[in-house]
Formats: sequence, C-alpha cells, structure tokens
Amino acid sequence: MEMPLPEPEILARRSFILDRLAAVLPKDGLIADAAQTRAYECDALTSYRCAPMAVVLPRSTAEVAAVLRICHEEGVPVVPRGSGTSLAGGALPTADSVVVGVSRMTAVLETDYPNRFIRVQTGRTNLSVTAEIENQGFFYAPDPSSQLACAIAGNIAMNSGGAHCLKYGVTTNNLLGVTLVQMDGTVMEIGGPYMDAAGLDLLGVLCGSEGQLGVVTEATLRILPKPEGARPMLIGFDSNEVAGACVSDIIRAGIVPVAIEFMDRPCIVACEDFAHAGYPDCEALLIIEVEGSPDEIDAQLEMIAQIAKTHHPVELRESRSAEESRKIWLGRKSAFGAMGNINDYICLDGTIPVSSLPEVLRRIGELSATYGLDVANVFHAGDGNMHPLILFNANLPGDLDKAEALGADIMRLCVEVGGCLTGEHGVGVEKRDLMGVQFNPQDLEAQMQVKDVFDPKWLLNPAKVFPLQASASRRAAIA
Amino acid sequence: MRPDSEAELAEMVRTAQEPLWIMGGGTRRLGQMAQGHILETGGMSGIVLHEPGALTLVARAGTPLALIEAELAQAGQRLAFEPSKMARLQGRSGETTIGGIVAANASGPGRIQGGACRDSLIGVRFVDGQGYVIKSGGRVMKNVTGYDLVKLMAGSHGTLGVLTEVSFKLLPKSEASATLRLDGLADAEAIAALSRALGSPFEVNGAAHLPGVGTFLRLEGFAKSVAYRSAQLRMLLGGDVMTDGAEALWADIRDVAPFWEQAGDVWRISTKPSEAATLGARLGAEAVFYDWGGGLIWARMAPGTDVRARMGSVVGYATLIRASAGFEGTFGHFAPEPAPVAALSAGLRAKFDPKSVLNPGLMG
Repeated sequence: MEMPLPEPEILARRSFILDRLAAVLPKDGLIADAAQTRAYECDALTSYRCAPMAVVLPRSTAEVAAVLRICHEEGVPVVPRGSGTSLAGGALPTADSVVVGVSRMTAVLETDYPNRFIRVQTGRTNLSVTAEIENQGFFYAPDPSSQLACAIAGNIAMNSGGAHCLKYGVTTNNLLGVTLVQMDGTVMEIGGPYMDAAGLDLLGVLCGSEGQLGVVTEATLRILPKPEGARPMLIGFDSNEVAGACVSDIIRAGIVPVAIEFMDRPCIVACEDFAHAGYPDCEALLIIEVEGSPDEIDAQLEMIAQIAKTHHPVELRESRSAEESRKIWLGRKSAFGAMGNINDYICLDGTIPVSSLPEVLRRIGELSATYGLDVANVFHAGDGNMHPLILFNANLPGDLDKAEALGADIMRLCVEVGGCLTGEHGVGVEKRDLMGVQFNPQDLEAQMQVKDVFDPKWLLNPAKVFPLQASASRRAAIA
Repeated sequence: MRPDSEAELAEMVRTAQEPLWIMGGGTRRLGQMAQGHILETGGMSGIVLHEPGALTLVARAGTPLALIEAELAQAGQRLAFEPSKMARLQGRSGETTIGGIVAANASGPGRIQGGACRDSLIGVRFVDGQGYVIKSGGRVMKNVTGYDLVKLMAGSHGTLGVLTEVSFKLLPKSEASATLRLDGLADAEAIAALSRALGSPFEVNGAAHLPGVGTFLRLEGFAKSVAYRSAQLRMLLGGDVMTDGAEALWADIRDVAPFWEQAGDVWRISTKPSEAATLGARLGAEAVFYDWGGGLIWARMAPGTDVRARMGSVVGYATLIRASAGFEGTFGHFAPEPAPVAALSAGLRAKFDPKSVLNPGLMG
C-alpha cells in the first residue's frame, strides 16, 4: 500500500507543533509519546500500520477547532478518528499527521421524544445512543456489526449501514444535522432537528466523505419508535441460485422484511463449527426477520413460508421463542469471529444488483479456485450488499498479496455486473486504487472538486478515497 | 433549446455563453429568467431499466412522472417519497418530470416514514457547468463508493449540473391503506396527537393537520396489519377511519391543493413539530396547513409578507414556493444561509459551474 511520504519539514518542526497543540488542550489531551501513539497506528484494517506524529483527544468542539486551526496554519495533515473500527483503513495515519480522536466526546446533549431526535457528541458509540433512549421505547436505526464499539463520528464519516437498513436506511437517511469543524477551524451548524436541511444538501455530501471534508463533533439523529416485536425465520436451500430466486420473490410479493441475511456453504460450516447454532447442512441459508405485533409477525412469516415452499427448501424453521430467535441469529452474528477462529481473513464489501446474486456467487467460486484461497459469503441479500470473506494465512509469505489480488478481482466483478466497490465500509485506503474501475477521471474530478471547496489545502485524512495518482497534482500544488 | 441526448446537452452547456434556465416540465420552476435561454430536458425521456425483483428503476431525467408511475403501478411498486405535482399550485400547464422532482428534492406526505426524494435516489448522471458528463452512485441500494454527489444533486435546483439520468430504489405498493380522522382539534392539540402517533410503533406514514377540516393519520401495509394498527391508534387517540376520499385527501395535501387558485404568496416551512402551532399562529397567514406531523408548514400569505422575519428565532427555514405577481423579486426563494455555510455553497457552485450559466443566482 503506497502512502505519501511524510513531510520532513513537518517532522523537523515536531516539538514546536506539539507545544502549540499542548497550549490549547487539557493536560491529558495530547499524546506524543511513541509508545502511546502506537495504539493509534491502525484501525480494524490491521494489515497497514503507521503511528502518527501525535494524537489529540479533545473534549469539546472548541478544542477540536483550536487543534484544526493550528494544524491548518502549520500545514499538518489531520486524521479524524472515531473508535478506529474501520475495515477499510479509513483512520490510517501518516507519520507526519495528527490524529484527532473524538473518543472523549460522548455526551448526550439533548433528547426530544415528541420531535423524535437525539443530539449527541460524536464520540458516543452507536449502541449507547440506542441505550440512552430505549427505555422510552425508541431506537437509533443504523446498526453496523461493530455497533458496540463504533462511534457516531465514524458512522457519519463512512455512512455506515447494518443488517436492518433494508427497512430503515443507512446513516445518511437518519442524520438530521451536524456541528462541523472545517480544517481551518471554522465551526458551523448544518441542518438541525427538522427535515431536509436548507439549501444545497451539504449534509448529504458530508455523510460518507470519510473524514476528508471536516470533523463532525455533534450530530442530531432521527430516532424511531421501537417495533412491538421482531422474529426471524431460517430457510435452507440446496443451491445459491434457488436462495437468490426466493429473495427476489419475497421482495416482489410486497414484503419488506427488516433484514434478509444470506450465508453460503463455507460460511454456514464455519459458523456452525464455531457457534453450534444448529444450522442445517445445506448450500445456502437465509435468515429473514420481520417486525410488528405477534399477529403481524405470524402473518408475514406465513407469507414468506408460502413463497419459500415454492422453492423446495431443505429446511424451514420459524422461531417460536426468544431463545429460538437467539439461536437463529447466533451463527450469523458470530460469522466474523468464526472465520477469525479458523483463519486470517479479509472482509470485502461490494454491492451488486440482487438479480446478479447467483452469477456473482458462481464467479466468486471460480476466482476462489483459481487463486487457491477459500471464500465464504455473508450477504445482506435484500439490498445486494455482499461481504465475501477471503481466508488466507498471514504467516505465509505472499498470501496476503494473493488475498488482496483476489479481493480486487471480486470488487471488479461487483462493478462489472452493475454494482459498486463498497456498500457500507467505505473506500479508505483499501479500495482507493480501485476507484478507477467504477469511476472515470471526470467522475473523480467532480468529487475532488468538493474536497477543494471544504479543504483547499488537502490536509484532512490524507491518502484515502482517491487514487494517489489522481490527487497527485493537487497535493503537489499545496506542498 | 431542447437536446435529444446527453451528448447534445453536454455540447450545448460547454459552448453556452449566456445563462441557461433548466426546465423539466416547467411546473415547479422557481425564479425569474432575466436573460439567456430556456433549456428543456423533455427530449431526454424514457425508462432505462426497471428491475422489479431488485426494487430499482433508472430513468432519463426528462421522463414524465406519469409514465414512471404507470410503469410502477403495473408492477405493484411505487416511489416511497410520494412525489408531488406543483403545476396547479403554480398555475402552470406542463408535465411533471422526474428530473424536476429530483432537482427540487420534492417529497410528499410519505416522506415522514419513507424518506425524502434524496433518500430514494441511488444514482445520477448529469452534465456540469463546463459540459462534462459526470456520474455518481449507481443502481444498487447500498453504495458508499466515493463522495455522495447523488445527495448533492438532489435539491440543487439545476445550479450544479443538468440531470440526465436518475436511479431510484422502490417500494412495493401497499396492499391496504387506512386513514384515521380526528375532528375538532386546535392546531397545538392536533400536532401533539400527530406526535404521539408518530412516536408509537404503528408505522404511521402520513400525518397531517388541516385547520378547520381535520387531523389525519395514514397507515399502509397488508390488510390485516392495517386493521390492527388502525384499531390500536384509535384506542390511543380516538377518531374514525375514513370510509372514502382518503386517497384524494393525501393527493391534495401532497400537491398543496388547498392553495390552488387562491391568491397570495405560498411558503413552505420546515421546522420542529413542537414549534409548529405557535409559529403557524405567529405568521399571520391567510391560511396554513401542516404535514409531516407538523414538521412541514404550508402557508399562504398576503403578497410581500416577510415570513422569515416573522419566524424569528424558530428552528428551521422557509422557502418561497410561489410569489404573487408584482412581488417576484421581493424575497429570495431560498433562505439566506449563515456565512460559513453560504461560503461552502458558493464554493461548490463555482466549482461545478465556473461560467455561472446554470440557473445563475437562483440559490444564492
């Protein structure tokens, strides 16, 4: 992975820059000791590591603004960081950068049930937003798998999704307003506790901009009343094609389940070995969850069962109790852990048109055979968001390179069938060099123009999203 | 000017020396043309792809909404945001186009649950102010590849580019619908009732209050489910399920029918529902009504009334949708923005339209 070389000129001024930062932060707000900055050398994409020059942990918007103003004046790159759970290297530092972590900004600023919003500092974790409001019968909908750890700041930066976004949408659909700190320290409010922010949709372009347009310190989030109940159904099939056809039929029938999860055989086997969830021995497995009152749930599951039966499932298991629901989800929720137990793996994140599912799974199987690496597939089937897991051995020289090459081929395949490189993890450094597969130079130019406006010196979150070659002239012009 | 293809459009914009006023069907256009040429998108029409099993639709920007709705109806599907038709409110003829809807991010009552137009929009192609063809997003429902120019284009009113193709995720059409009607509530009580309903687990997807007419809550879904949820809501709030006229009622709310052929300026205010009733009274309007559980106020005002001044410090913003004859230039259609936000918006316009030929001055 190529990263820009650190600016010797910045490193030479290190102690001066650190002094300036220390002057605007509380005593424990600046970390510059090499042993401690190492904790920030990577995020959940652990293959790439680089400790930053310093880490700051501000407690307020004003402190973030003061830090950014100094970095702007000094020409120091800034890497915003939520909880560091990005699978795409979205928070990978450079050696000359300052990491701005929001982990100490966790306050709930306002909860408003009649108007159905919550305003929080963005270091708050996703799950603790829901925890704050659930006793009033509300929840915050986006639910990335990392929700126990991941911060709202990172959710906004990456426009995170989750298993339940088929019904409730992803972060951008649930974000009403932000407090944004620009690279030069300017603080502004965009949107607020009302629908459809005024003027150009700056909120829309901020969400998913991977920390490259500004640091979001506070967020107003839409909250929703919890459904009366939810229950899953498990359906096993003897081929991927049939499972895919069943998904399509369910959607066509007018049912919008809250989640449709798909697992293929390698994934089923690994999860079963790991979690003993009692999954059937089959080629493909769907977990479909519906919501509502007990009667509504029964009625929807009955319709789904009717549709599934026309596809001759090898197993059809409707949950009858909370315990059965838990067991049905158990294997799926431990999928990544199960994979990690047997192997090193890379988790991919492409989206494909749902209709291409059987073809894509077949061709992934062929690629897997060509490379000699196993691939297990977990899949948000309702919206076509796939997570192929490529299994490799990190201790085997060359195996990571091979796994990455296979991953790149799978992502190219996603684009070829009409899909995209990333459905919810973001581009980061991981998919940066594949952007040219999905976008032509003019498309990328338009995106980079947006960055020119928000961050004219290109200091925020360097070397993410855009191929280094594409951004080279801009970075050179400023250096 | 009426290009028949994206390539032809790109050439027209590339060589444009004077302002271009981008127009779909001309039914909801804001602002006055001082000089330049009207650029119609109607020549770029047609559904490019409709995949019912994947809940996706791709159409050229000049495609009439009616054609898309017919295609979707036949497949038992719909656009979740309930696109509005503004021709009658504006007193214009012409056919609502899908590109115009996207350019205005126009959403109807269903927005309260199904999201705005921009939330259903999953891909765009457009020609920027220098004549470059640019794409963002695609035809899949979950996509975070690169910056989300799709959202930026929705609601940009043709100031950043001329849309040529738009892609949507779809929803299945509901099997049944029921509208609960509450009578005799004052505005504040009515909006409190709407908030209670929207805070319940019964999945309300329309919540409007028409002063002097009634307070309305819509439920959609499978028949059994709608029956159950409307019974629950009645236990919570009282009221009766409408036996007829509900469909027309929601279409009227969507298209602002209460203000058709009624004189005055028409404003659209987005605010916090709990402030809506107080604000509605303070406006001194000729007439108001409330959608989105009170979060959206439609106000008909005496010509030339400064609604933004009357809003004072209330959270939200006001958009002037229809100015009376003789008052066209009195107020900007779009609310002034705080300086740092305005600077970003202006910066984006300067990048995407450096010649300032696309609906110049419309948004600031």
